[in-house]
Order: sequence, then C-alpha cells, then structure tokens
Amino acid sequence: MHERREGEINLSLTGLTAHELCELLRNREISSVELTRAHLERINTLEDKIRAFVTVTADLALSQAKETDAKRLRGEELPPLAGIPVALKDNMCTKGIKTTCGSKILYNFIPPYDAAVAEKLNEAGAILVGKCNMDEYAMGSSTENSGFYPTRNPYDFNAVPGGSSGGSAAAVAAGESVIALGSDTGGSIRQPAAFCGVIGLKPTYGAVSRYGLVAYASSLDQIGPFSKDVTDCALALNVIAGHDPKDSTSAPVDVPDYTKFLVNDIKGMKIGMPREYTGQGIDPEVNVCLRQAAARLEELGAVCEEVSLPHTEYALPAYYIIAPAEASSNLARYDGVQYGLRVEGDDIISMYSKTRSQGFGEEVKRRIMLGTYALSSGYYDAYYLKALKVRTLVKQDFDKAFEKYDCLLTPTTPSVAFNFGDKINDPLAMYLSDVCTIPVNLAGIPAMSMPFGMVKGRPVGIQLIGRAFDEGTLLRVGYALEQNSDLTRPRPELKGVM
Amino acid sequence: MGVQYETVIGLEVHAELKTNTKIFCSCPTEFGGEANTHVCPVCLGLPGVLPVLNKRVLEFAVRAGLALNCEIASFSKFDRKNYFYPDLPKAYQISQYDLPICKKGYLDIMVDGTSKTIGVTRVHMEEDAGKLLHGGSTITASHYSLVDYNRTGVPLIEIVSEPDMRSADEARAYMEKLKAILEYIDVSDVKMEQGSLRCDANISLRPAGSEKLGTKTEIKNMNSFRSLQRAIEYEVKRQKEILEEGGTIIQETRSWDEEKGITVSMRSKEEAHDYRYFPDPDLVPVIIDPQWVSEIRDSLPELPDARRERLVNEMGLSGYDAGIITGSRALADYFDQVAAQYNEPKTVANWLMGEFLRLLNAGSMEIKDSKIAPANFAALLKLQADGTISGKMAKAVFEEMFETGKDPEAIVREKGMVQISDEDSLAFIIEKVIASNQGSVQDYRAGKEKAIGFLVGQVMKETKGQANPGVVNKLLKQKLDT
Repeated sequence: MHERREGEINLSLTGLTAHELCELLRNREISSVELTRAHLERINTLEDKIRAFVTVTADLALSQAKETDAKRLRGEELPPLAGIPVALKDNMCTKGIKTTCGSKILYNFIPPYDAAVAEKLNEAGAILVGKCNMDEYAMGSSTENSGFYPTRNPYDFNAVPGGSSGGSAAAVAAGESVIALGSDTGGSIRQPAAFCGVIGLKPTYGAVSRYGLVAYASSLDQIGPFSKDVTDCALALNVIAGHDPKDSTSAPVDVPDYTKFLVNDIKGMKIGMPREYTGQGIDPEVNVCLRQAAARLEELGAVCEEVSLPHTEYALPAYYIIAPAEASSNLARYDGVQYGLRVEGDDIISMYSKTRSQGFGEEVKRRIMLGTYALSSGYYDAYYLKALKVRTLVKQDFDKAFEKYDCLLTPTTPSVAFNFGDKINDPLAMYLSDVCTIPVNLAGIPAMSMPFGMVKGRPVGIQLIGRAFDEGTLLRVGYALEQNSDLTRPRPELKGVM
Repeated sequence: MGVQYETVIGLEVHAELKTNTKIFCSCPTEFGGEANTHVCPVCLGLPGVLPVLNKRVLEFAVRAGLALNCEIASFSKFDRKNYFYPDLPKAYQISQYDLPICKKGYLDIMVDGTSKTIGVTRVHMEEDAGKLLHGGSTITASHYSLVDYNRTGVPLIEIVSEPDMRSADEARAYMEKLKAILEYIDVSDVKMEQGSLRCDANISLRPAGSEKLGTKTEIKNMNSFRSLQRAIEYEVKRQKEILEEGGTIIQETRSWDEEKGITVSMRSKEEAHDYRYFPDPDLVPVIIDPQWVSEIRDSLPELPDARRERLVNEMGLSGYDAGIITGSRALADYFDQVAAQYNEPKTVANWLMGEFLRLLNAGSMEIKDSKIAPANFAALLKLQADGTISGKMAKAVFEEMFETGKDPEAIVREKGMVQISDEDSLAFIIEKVIASNQGSVQDYRAGKEKAIGFLVGQVMKETKGQANPGVVNKLLKQKLDT
C-alpha cells in the first residue's frame, strides 16, 4: 500500500466506502488531507461534465481535514465519520456558506445558521466538500429544473441523474463525495439513487430533523443519505437520525445503532411485493431485475409473496394536491423583502411580482399556482381535504400489508434514467417517474433504493419499504442482498473523462 | 313613520401575552429595544427554520379561556393564514382557524346598573407581525418603508365576542371588563395605548325586533376606550343615516380617524383576502391534559366579579364604588392592603377613588408608580381618625406623601402640623376671638347660627389651621350659650 504513487491512491480512494476509508484513516495508512485532496481533485476533473455541485467548499474542507489530522496525531478520540468527505444538497442551510436551493431567487443567500444535519455531520467529524445541485426547491425528477444548470448522470452524460437530489446522487456515484445527503418529498432521494446506481434511503418522517432544510412540502420532506453501500448508509443514518427539539415534527424515539442490523441473515423474513407497482407503465426489463432480486432473497431464506395496495393509483394525484398546497405557502416568503433576489418595482406589489416572476422557474411557478388554487376558498374541501383522506387510505394500505410482511419490495422507478429533454416539456410524464416512491412519503414510512442490475448500461434501482421507524429491517435485507449478489455495486465507467 | 333600528356590535380583541419569550422561538418579547435586535432565524422566517410552541403561551391562553368561562379544547391545532405583507416575514401568520384552544365562554358587564351577559365565541393563539415605518403616509405612497421585526412572533390571543352588544356603552363596558380580567389573571399588560390590547369592532344595524343581522362594517384602529366609544357612536350614526335615506350598507373594513372623528373606508369585501387557511404542517396538534387544565383553574386568582361581590357584601362598599375599585386588579389589591391595616373600608375607598386616583391621573401614573406604601396610607387615615390632624391637613400630608413617599407621622412632625385638640390650649385663643369679634357674637346670640362658622374660622386662622375644628366648635358653643 505504501508503494502506491500519489495518482493511483487518489483514484482508488475515491472509489472506496466510508467504512473502508475510516479503517485506512484509523490505521494512519492515509491522512484526512490526502483523502480530501483526492476528492477535491476528482471534483476538479469531473465537474465540467457532471456538474453535481453548486458550491465546492475546497478551502473549508482542507482546513477541516488538517484539523482532523492534527487531532488524530495528538491521539484524540475521533467521532465516527472523522475525515470522511461528505456533500449536502443545496437546500440544507450551512452557516456562512451559500445555500441556493437550486433557485435564482436564493442565488446569493448565505444562512446565518446551520441545519441540524449540517451540525450533526460536523460533530461526527465529516469534511464538507460542497453543496449539491438540485431541481429548484426540490421540485423535479431530473435536475433539469435547477435554476443554474442540470447535473449529468455519471453512467451516461446524455441521461439525467434523477431528481430532485440529482447532484447528491451523482456526486456519490462519481466518487466526488463518499456520502451525500439529499431530501425526499416524493422520491427525491430514491429516484436519483436508482438512476445513479447508489444507495439512497428516505427515513421515516420525523426520524431526521428538518431544522434548516429549506421547506418544499413540510409534511412530506425528509432528509436521508446517499452512499455506495448499505453499511455506509447505516453509518450515515447513525449520525443524522434522532430527536431534535427544534423540529416539532421530529419524533422523540430512541435511535438504535443501525450497523447492528447488518447481519447477513434474512431467513424466514416475509417480503411483500405489491402488484400495483409492477403493472402498467413499468418497464418490463426493470421488472426482470426486480424478479431476480426477489429470487435471490428467496434463495437466502426469505419468503416473497404478492400483496395488494389497492389505493396506490390515487397516491400520485393526492401528492400533487398536498405537496403544491404546502409549497404555495412555504415559498411565499421569497418576496424580495429580507434576503435573496429583489427586483425593484414601482410599489410593493410590483416588487413582489417582479421578484417572484424572475426568481422562480417554470415548475416552481406551476406548483405554486396548483397549490394556491387547491387551498382557495371554495376549493379546499374538494381538493386539499379529499387529498388528505386519500393519504389516510394509502397509509392504511401499508399498515395492513405490514401486519403480514416485514417489508415490501418494489421497483424504485418505472424505468432506468431517461435522457435530457425526454420529459421536461411534459410535466405529467415527469411526475409519473415518481409513481413508485410517492406513496411512501404520503404514508411517512421509510424506504431504501439500492442498485440491482443494469438495463442498457444504466442502473436499475429496487425499493425496500418498511414500517415506521423500522429502517433496521431495510438495512438488514439490503445488506444481505449486497453480500450475496454482484448486481448491487455497479461502477460508472466515466468514459472519455477518466 | 320611521323604523327603529337596533345596533348590533361584536368585538375582536387582540391581547399580547406577557411571556418572557416569543411564541415560536426564544427571543425576548420585551417592548422597545433597538430595531431588529430581538430577532433570530426563526422569527425572521429565514429559509429552513421551524416553529416550536412556547408552552407558556398555551398556559396563558388556557388561563384566559378559563377566566372567560370557556370550554378548553382537548384537541387543538395551528393553521397558516396566508397573505403578503412586508411585516410578515413568512408571508403567513401562524394562527388557529377551525379548532381554537378555547370556545363558548362569556363575561358579564354592568351598564347603568343593569347586568348583561356577553358571549365569548372563541379565544385563539397566534403570532404578532412586525412594525412598519413608512417613508411616506402609506406603504403605496412611500419611496421606502422600514421594518422592525422585534414584535414579530410576540404571542397574542384573539378573543372574539358574540354580536351581543347593543350600544357603544356596552362595547366599552365589555372592553373594560375584558381588560380587567386579563390584568387580574396576569397574562397581558393590557395597554391599549401601547398596543398590547387592540380591538376591532363589527357593527351593523337591523330593524328593532328583527332576528336577521344587517350588513356589517369592521372598524379598526381604535387605540383607547374613548376612541372605541366614539368610533362606534360615529359608525352607528353613519349607518343609520344611510339606512334612513333608503341606502344600503356596504360590507367593508373601515378605519377610525381619531383626529377627524370619523371612520373611513379601507377595503371592501371584494378586496378582502382569501387567506387560504390550512393546518400548519410544521407544528403538531395541541393535545391538552385535563389534569393540567384543572391545575390552571385552581391557580386562578379571585376575578373582578367575585371580588366586587366581596367588597359589597363583606366590606360594605356600594356597588358603584366596588365596581370602580375592582375595575383594576392593582387598585383592588392596593385597596385590600390598606383596608387590612385600617379597617374602615368606606373611608379607604373614598380616599382611593378621590385623592389617590386624582393625583395618579394628574401625573399620568399607575398604581405601581406610586410612592405611597399601603402601610403609610393606612397610617395617615389613622392620624386623621384619632384627631391628630384635620381632614384638611390630611390632604396636604397625602400630597406630600405622594411626592416624597415619606411616612405621614414624619411629615406631620416636620411641619408641626399636629392638630390642637387640647381644650386648655384652645380656651385662651377662643377668649381672644370672642373679645375681638363682638359683632358676630351678638349675631349668634340673636339666633344667627351661621355666625359661629365665622368665629371657628377666626380660631383656625389664629392657630394657623392646627386647631381641631370639632373641639373649637364645641368650646365656642359652651362659651356663647352660657
């Protein structure tokens, strides 16, 4: 190992997982500075093509890394992610570091405070390498709605990385960051994780503090990790999960050590496969991968059975009432008065109007309009209230399934990553790419996407859905599959770049 | 023949709660302070922040609800009221819409000796907005406006009455009673002039005997009891004139112009906001433990009505006097403290309502600003009662006490104000006065009883006011009648 030349080390370091790197750091085979440099160089090399970041915090990362090395040299006890490069989706506030939410309206916003997750990662010793690109205000499934530029899929630069956390997913897939955080309102972690061939977990609503996460739809938003393998996912969840008194919707539950679930034993586990998730609109080749995964799980001793979640088809329309309704209110504060973009007008109304017209992109405006309409006097009962009732029915479907099954297995997305331009002019087609992930947000339960096979050179994601606060089971099943299949750790070739 | 109209008034009152910190963050609620110094990311509504309910606000709202005889909801929630205005940093106000914390209460008012019950529809919690300072007269007529977010997030309760009031007097009495109750239970500073107690009035007229409500107008911007009364009187007159001329009332919001003494249109119903209320997803429902409610109920102090009853029944005050004294908890507490040390409640009441309130009002002061300790107040009344000083002297001493806070015995001693009641000391002066005022003596003896007053005055003059007039009167009569 000591024989390797600098360049070689860099290349291999950016391919390793957090738990592998922690080992190397602990044994002093590498330094934090070396590891951070490797990732910053990787970012330098790849960013022209991938554009996973809005902001790269190279100076901060290097100074944090130096500090970590100094502590290690002094023999100090170091926290779990000491020296590990991480990235945050740009909708998580970072004190003194620009936080744009992928929007022109926040192009210059520098928060005076840290999001709870930023604080926790910092306490865990992680090194922040940058803030990741995203669909504006987390509205979108391709990063094509970013107010700045789209991010490209590391597997194929013609393909979208998924969204809205496309930057975070691509950064991890391309080895620009070891771990990244994203947020998931209707699939915004799992869908890009699937498209980029990485692990993406949306925890139970209330498991991770939302304090400092720029709100899109507050009752659905949840922060979660992207990682290269299931073990890293557990490590990251250990750091970010837990009650936060600053978030009233954060659950006062004890956080287990999630690595305890990584046991490579799923004998006798019962796994449901909802038939509504494999029917019309789902690419048959994706279903082939799903069946392969199920077969592998059965070989490992699990029982896979078909189950029905009858209200699934109503989840998408309900989501597109509830999420825009909340968004229309959450995004009202971007009015040019206090921070961000201000376009001067003749009076206060024209200032509001010009600022918001020029600051927000098309999709954001579409959802603000949708939500405003849904909450308007005379329409509230017919839309918002009805959508809430559907939400309850969707949740009850899951509750019922979990009486019998330990977890559910579905495709994460109806197809593999699509190409730029394929859906951007057809909002409904774009919305349908989240059809398998949205019901989970409505129910507030956890789900994890993990890679399983490829279709036309693009990764396929499968989704494990669990009971509320039972992320452990998802990690356990995912870990077993990962340990017993070579289809779960794809690597992008990055042709023509590396 | 002219139609008789009945006035229908309902009030919406906002009271700032005197918690130490704001409703959804830990910034201080303190009034004043340099602009934008009592702020944090949460009350500034910065991207990503979340509200967390201050439990004290809930407790104060429940206290108010209980004092107003309301039902306390076991399940309540917060909603967002959406509208754009630069003093509202999130562009929505966190308030309560369909499930308020308290509902179905009442309070009793007394107007012209008649008692009346006014329904309280609901009490709900919400956050206050910031303060705007316009470069011009209004936001639209200004080149710039400045905003101070210190008040943003200060907790409020909104107390909505039933449309049970029938006159400006009743509305004023309701407001005064409400103020007294909130002051008694110590949840608000209740200062209309400073804005910690604000009131909007919904006013309509209908033909007497009709059940159906007429079209209402909402009057805003009344900053004192007096302006509330004047505004309602004006608005009733305005509506009556329109109706009598066969016109129709436009449903609108009108603003009271204190200087001109009129109400002016602010916006019509068509221009009214659609607030698009919906449950705030950042806050969890409020679930109240009945045990906690009973603990709060047990901690409530004696309320104005009960206290008034006690002053009438146990202390012998008139209903009117007791009403005035119990109209403010500070005054009632002060009364109790003085009366505890000087057991002549009527005298205490007279002094409180007379000299004391006169001096406080003249100095625009409140009871807590007064330098007179209740013990000194009682001591003064004792000095007068035992004849050490005359009533006139007592007033002079009282003014001195009010100025300096000194104890009355010290003042009396310093000024040599001790009343001369000793008959031997007075006999000589009386002899002298009789000798030099023979005309009056003759008059008195001729049956002009009033002439004795002049002679008493002369004795008082000779003693520089220190003679005890009762004793002088008695001695004079003894001399002249023999």
